[in-house]
Order: sequence, then C-alpha cells, then structure tokens
Amino acid sequence: MSEAQKKIEIEVLRYHPETDSEPHAQVFEVPFTDDMSVLQGVQYIKDYLDGSLSFRWSCRMAICGSCGMMVNGIPSLSCQTFLRDYYPARVRVEALSHFPIERDLVVDIGGFIGKLESIQPYIIAKEPRTLAQGEYLQTPEQLHAYEQFSSCINCLLCYAACPQYGLNPDFIGPAATALLHRYNIDSRDGGKAERMELINSEEGVFHCTAVGYCSEVCPKQVDPANAVNQNKTNAAADYFLRFLRPKGGAK
Amino acid sequence: MNKRRPYVRSMDGWWRKNPFFVEYMIHEGTALFVAAYAGVLLAGLYRLSQGEAAWNSWLTALQNPWYIAFHVLALVALTYHTYTWFKIMPRTMPPVVVGGKRLSAWAITGSGLAVAGAASLGLLALVWGMAR
Repeated sequence: MSEAQKKIEIEVLRYHPETDSEPHAQVFEVPFTDDMSVLQGVQYIKDYLDGSLSFRWSCRMAICGSCGMMVNGIPSLSCQTFLRDYYPARVRVEALSHFPIERDLVVDIGGFIGKLESIQPYIIAKEPRTLAQGEYLQTPEQLHAYEQFSSCINCLLCYAACPQYGLNPDFIGPAATALLHRYNIDSRDGGKAERMELINSEEGVFHCTAVGYCSEVCPKQVDPANAVNQNKTNAAADYFLRFLRPKGGAK
Repeated sequence: MNKRRPYVRSMDGWWRKNPFFVEYMIHEGTALFVAAYAGVLLAGLYRLSQGEAAWNSWLTALQNPWYIAFHVLALVALTYHTYTWFKIMPRTMPPVVVGGKRLSAWAITGSGLAVAGAASLGLLALVWGMAR
C-alpha cells in the first residue's frame, strides 16, 4: 500500500449552537502522512470533508497560541502534536476543557481576556522618565528574573489543565497570574501594590491546590504553577506585614 | 436574536479523566494517613497523661496485628506523600541561585528527600538508642 493511501480516524467533538442541544462526536477518515500535525488533520476535514467544522488557528509553529485543543484528553497545541504519534489508532479531538464551547473546537475565551486586562499586563513605570531622559535600563540579571514568565503566548492550555479553574471559573488562573508575576518582578515596574490586590482577593491564588498540571502542559516552559505558588507566599507576606506598616498598609 | 449558546461541560468525575489527576488524588489522599497517624500519636500522649497502667495498655493495643498492618500501610503512604511533597516543591518556591546558576528542579527535590531521609534515620537511631 502506498504512503498516500494510509488513513487515520479523527474523532471530533462537534457542537452547533443553533441545532445541537449538546456536543456529539463525529468520526472522519483522513489521509495520513508521517509529517501531519493534528491541526493539518482537522484542516483536511474542513477543506475536503465538512466545511462547517470550526476551529481557530494561525501560525502553525507554536507561537500564536490559537490552536489549543484536547488531543486524546491532553491539552495540546494541535500544530505541534503529530498524528504519527497516534497512528494507526483513532485520535480524539475536543475543544479545550473548562471553557464554554462556542462552536465545535472554538471556545469562549472572554473570561480570560477580562482577567488579562485586570492584571494590567504592561509596565507601570516606577519612575516616569521623559523622552529626553532616555530609555529604562535593565541588567541581564534583572531581565533573567522575569524572562521565563514573559514567554506566555496566551494559548490557555494551562487553564484546560487546571481542575480548580474548571470548578470555579472566577479563579484568576495560571497564565494571568504568570503574566501578573512577570510585571511585578520587572525592575522597571512600580505597579506591584495594585496587582497584589488581585492576588490577595477571593479570586486570587489561594484557589490553587498545587496540582501542577498547568506547568506540565505549558508549551513555552513558563511554569505558571511556580508564579501562582510564589504569589501565595507574597500574599501571606502582604497580609501579615500590613500589621507592621503605619495605617495598616491595606486599602 | 443572539444565536450564541456557549455549552458548558460538566466537571463530574473530572479526576478520573486524566492519569495525572488520578495520581494527584492519590497523593492528596495519602494526607489522610498523615492525619490518622497524628491521631494515633495523640491518643498515645493522652493515655500517657492518664498514668502508667493506661500507657501500658495502649502499648499492648499497638501490638494487635491490625494495628501493625495499619502502621505498615501508613509507612508506605507517608513515604509516597513525602516523595510527592518534595517533587512539587520546586514549583512552589522562588528560584534558588547557587554560584550564579539556577538550581535545577531535581536538585531541589533531591535535597528535600535527602534531608527527610536523614531526619527519619536520625530520629529512628535516637529512639532506638533510648529504647535499649
């Protein structure tokens, strides 16, 4: 049998909000080659078998963070997950866990976008400088302190890996906390006090029970579990140190 | 009319859906053995406060095969608990920099396990020495 005739079954969780009351599985037979990603598999379905299949993708090289899906129950970027690792068995593809399904493999990420806005993901200058004063300088060590946390591509695999987020979608969650931490520990930033209010809040880091799966599935080695757990210590310090500060410190 | 109708999937049985979560539930479950063993020690302390006869009857009760079986089970559970405790430790602490280099996760886990092992052996030696 020639290479081109090999086929692999891809089972996709379909959901059409206008006609379906709940999601259901649909199996497609896709021509298989050794170099095909799961994303290419679903693209084949859309191009040749069923044009109504909806999914998000863009870069095909693990940079844009759009193509996150559950592949055999594991949160994965479908562009860097390869069908050859499953062949000849059937591959099960599903929308990212813990997010509401908008349609097929597309999830509603509105909740995360709100959280991302709330952490103020930009440098709040410690000492504002004029253009004439020049750029904000930073040593390589100061860069190294936060660099890992700045690698987040907002792909949301960590949220799909976090049962605490699944049980309580108000939890600020791994990626937003990792990015919050990235700015808090940046030597040029002075916004930590504002951001700590989120960390210390009811929706903050104490929902985390250190499952650690978020860091396992992260395609960029951000280690969001580390950011969340470091901020448990920071939150505890904030709580106890306010007794030592004049006027209590807390707002 | 808005045709959006986002579907929220149920979280029922979430921990059975992924081997990672099953392991998580098992290692969290071993904490119950830590609590149970603390209960045993507290009971002993309470019996000690009641005098020599009460203390000796507690010691005799500990020789019951069921109690010994519980201790063997608790030892296994606590050993696994200790291992998973130190395994997650690198994710819970700020980076440790030694000589300008960040300490690896396994170095942190390994040191934790080494300290736990040494402390357990030290305690065992101390109690053994006192009992002789």
